[in-house]
Amino acid sequence: MDETISIVLFSGTDDKLNAAAVLAAGAAALGRPVKIFLQYWALDAFRADRIEADHGLAPEAGEAGRAAVAAATKAGHARWTDNLRAAKELGEVDIQACSASMAIFKLKKEDLDPLVDGVEGVAAFYINAGEGQIVFI
Amino acid sequence: MSDLDIKVKVDASGLSCPLPILRAAQAMKSVQTGELVEIVATDPGSVKDFDAWARSTGNALVEQDASGGKFRFVLRHK
Repeated sequence: MDETISIVLFSGTDDKLNAAAVLAAGAAALGRPVKIFLQYWALDAFRADRIEADHGLAPEAGEAGRAAVAAATKAGHARWTDNLRAAKELGEVDIQACSASMAIFKLKKEDLDPLVDGVEGVAAFYINAGEGQIVFI
Repeated sequence: MSDLDIKVKVDASGLSCPLPILRAAQAMKSVQTGELVEIVATDPGSVKDFDAWARSTGNALVEQDASGGKFRFVLRHK
């Protein structure tokens, strides 16, 4: 069985970024290799100059949802960047930017936060995912 | 309480998933075969998480109890 977990991260709001970070951290804690492929708005959220900014929540959050998340953040719940850094310290977590999305936003590797390990195309993503599970967020 | 010889203690109180299991996995990396790590958490999800983590990684969950909203786990490094 291929234990690799591959996460295609498309969404760029803080809630979905954290959902992906939690999945990555849990897999890393279990000793499973994790690959994260950043596309579109997720890639935009990993820009070095705005990764710590407020990226908002998904439209379905609603008023009560936003209040609940704001309260959790105020109570010290870990940010998605903290969860990803902890996951990378603990295990084998590789974060790659989608080269097509890089072209859309006219980004270079040095425009991205150091959490991002490299840039690759979709074929490389599939080869590295192997027979393991692929999750889309 | 027990009189186990705990090597590393981790207080994950107030931390939500996935941090208790992350901190536990980090602590387990710092000890040798046979040594014990104790984790205290308040996240109710940690009960199933630690059971699953121990079974998946092959490390033993040697003690587990709950009192006053706190969950305590003792893991032995394989």
